[in-house]
Amino acid sequence: MLQDYIPVLVQLIAVVAVAGGILGASALVGKKRPTREKLSPYECGSVPVGNARERFSISFYLVGMLFILFDVEAVFLYPWAVVYKSLKWFGFIEMFVYIAILLAGYLYLWKKGALDWSR
Amino acid sequence: MLAIFYMAAAVAVLAAMAVVFQRTPVYSALSLIVVLGALAVVYLLLDAPFIAMIQVIVYAGAIMVLFVLVIMLLNARPEEPTRGSRFAHWLGVPLLIVFLGEFSYLIFRRFPARAAPSAADASPEAIGHLLFRSYVLPFEVTSILIVVAILGAVVLAKKQL
Amino acid sequence: MATSSDLGFFLLVTIVKVAIILWVLLTAIAYLTWLERKVIGHIQSRWGPYLVGPHGLLQPLADGVKFLFKEDIMPADADRLVYWLAPFIAMVTAFLSIAVIPFGESFELRGHVIPLQITDLNVGLLFVFAVTSLGVYSIVLAGWASNSKYPLFGGLRSSAQMISYELALGLGVVGVLMISGTLSLRGIAASQLGFWRLGGILILPRWNIFLQPVGFLVYFMAAIAETNRVPFDLPEGETELVAGFHTEYSSFKFAMFFMSEYANMVTVSCLATLLFFGGWSGPVFGPGWLRVLLPVFWFCLKVFCFLFFYIWVRGTLPRFRYDQLMAFGWKFLLPLGLANILVTSFVLAWIHS
Repeated sequence: MLQDYIPVLVQLIAVVAVAGGILGASALVGKKRPTREKLSPYECGSVPVGNARERFSISFYLVGMLFILFDVEAVFLYPWAVVYKSLKWFGFIEMFVYIAILLAGYLYLWKKGALDWSR
Repeated sequence: MLAIFYMAAAVAVLAAMAVVFQRTPVYSALSLIVVLGALAVVYLLLDAPFIAMIQVIVYAGAIMVLFVLVIMLLNARPEEPTRGSRFAHWLGVPLLIVFLGEFSYLIFRRFPARAAPSAADASPEAIGHLLFRSYVLPFEVTSILIVVAILGAVVLAKKQL
Repeated sequence: MATSSDLGFFLLVTIVKVAIILWVLLTAIAYLTWLERKVIGHIQSRWGPYLVGPHGLLQPLADGVKFLFKEDIMPADADRLVYWLAPFIAMVTAFLSIAVIPFGESFELRGHVIPLQITDLNVGLLFVFAVTSLGVYSIVLAGWASNSKYPLFGGLRSSAQMISYELALGLGVVGVLMISGTLSLRGIAASQLGFWRLGGILILPRWNIFLQPVGFLVYFMAAIAETNRVPFDLPEGETELVAGFHTEYSSFKFAMFFMSEYANMVTVSCLATLLFFGGWSGPVFGPGWLRVLLPVFWFCLKVFCFLFFYIWVRGTLPRFRYDQLMAFGWKFLLPLGLANILVTSFVLAWIHS
């Protein structure tokens, strides 16, 4: 069983080597002539205004939160789907109840406009 | 086998310490992702590949994304080191030592020998059979839990309901 | 799945397989950029790359050399460590998931059966999802580390988009899992070999696309969004965000983001082929070596069709607006995926009882 994961490790080492090699090579070979203007953040040619790390819209936070919740839901679907053929009607009713309860939450989200980006 | 375990455990412990000692919040979050990845390797060693993958998908790939977003959302700056109170030093350090001693004593008493990984089948199929036959009620209750969390998320994020 | 009792031989074979697959993947990515520019060029009545080599065939090489020698600029206020880490994460996550993709049957070498796949995991599909879910960090961190406004907005938008569509992506494949009853990618592909017969006549290959057309649509639309491609390429929308999360990146770090984007395209196309289009299934005939190579050819051909479709879409469709994009994911693909799961499970329960 665990032997199946040895090739994954080999692949990981190879990919890390390739990515690291590319980063290193381009850092070594590329020329470096920094100037103050070159190192300033890009703002279409005008002088940069203020710091970039401002606070931003809470909507991103809400999306992150909802993603976790629905991701947990999706995670339950995988083992269910894999054994579905032996569960038959019992499995269908189980998942129907589960999704129906979640649907209530989903409809609440929709109704509250949590899924609308431009409120 | 054991060597891989010790490596994963060492990575997990070191990264966990980095989470605490890092001053920059984003670095702390990144270290926490490393901890979760190392734990996934430990699950693999325990013959539980499904749990290992779920660990990465849900914890490292979903919950930590939210952590990173929140750190960026709050624009959290590097922590200011404080002098720390003398009281905390005199009381905290002995208490910490007592706690660690107690904890390791309990662990070694509970698991005297190096326990072999349980032979229980933890393939996705086995978990599916267990979850959807023996533990149907906990599974269904999860959905109610998720709905509650949805309500909470909306209450937090929306000013007017 | 112990292909060999001899661990040394197993390791050697693995290393050879990893080396070959990485080489093929890197070459494929390089020529995918050429193909993309050529096809888009012809769609827009231009020639595309033409000067470097015959029909511009050496263009990818020229690009690589150019990227290597370009100046590496890091903004003064950037977070140095994370700025380096972001393209690294992008590339590692993009190239790791190819390890579980099967691209053919197996062949025998000195008494050992060698499957045409780096490794087959019994949770293969979840492995791909797990690795993909980590890919989000490269984009968020690239945007944050640059400490510049356009990359930050691009990174945020992109992360919100990717996590939203990751849900739809996961829901789209559940129907296939119900039919095949396994998470192993080799198992899923193998379950689609052969034909459906009606009165002794072969009518259709047993591909899941014929059973799960809705699931496929959900999966593939989500996959295009997940790889940040047109019409879902908001994070890089050059008309509003300059170049999105990689605005401040130059030289090969910039190229690494592109390489990982193309590698992700290859991965989702491979998954689409394996889950919905029968993997390597296709007409096989001739001597032994041809019977090994033909399935690989069919597999590559199907993957190529998907990649061509990607490029075709880019040459045809305009870009979504951001609120439309989020609404499409949350209000259309997500409920459609759930409905597809319920309908599929209803029909399956009906058939099997």
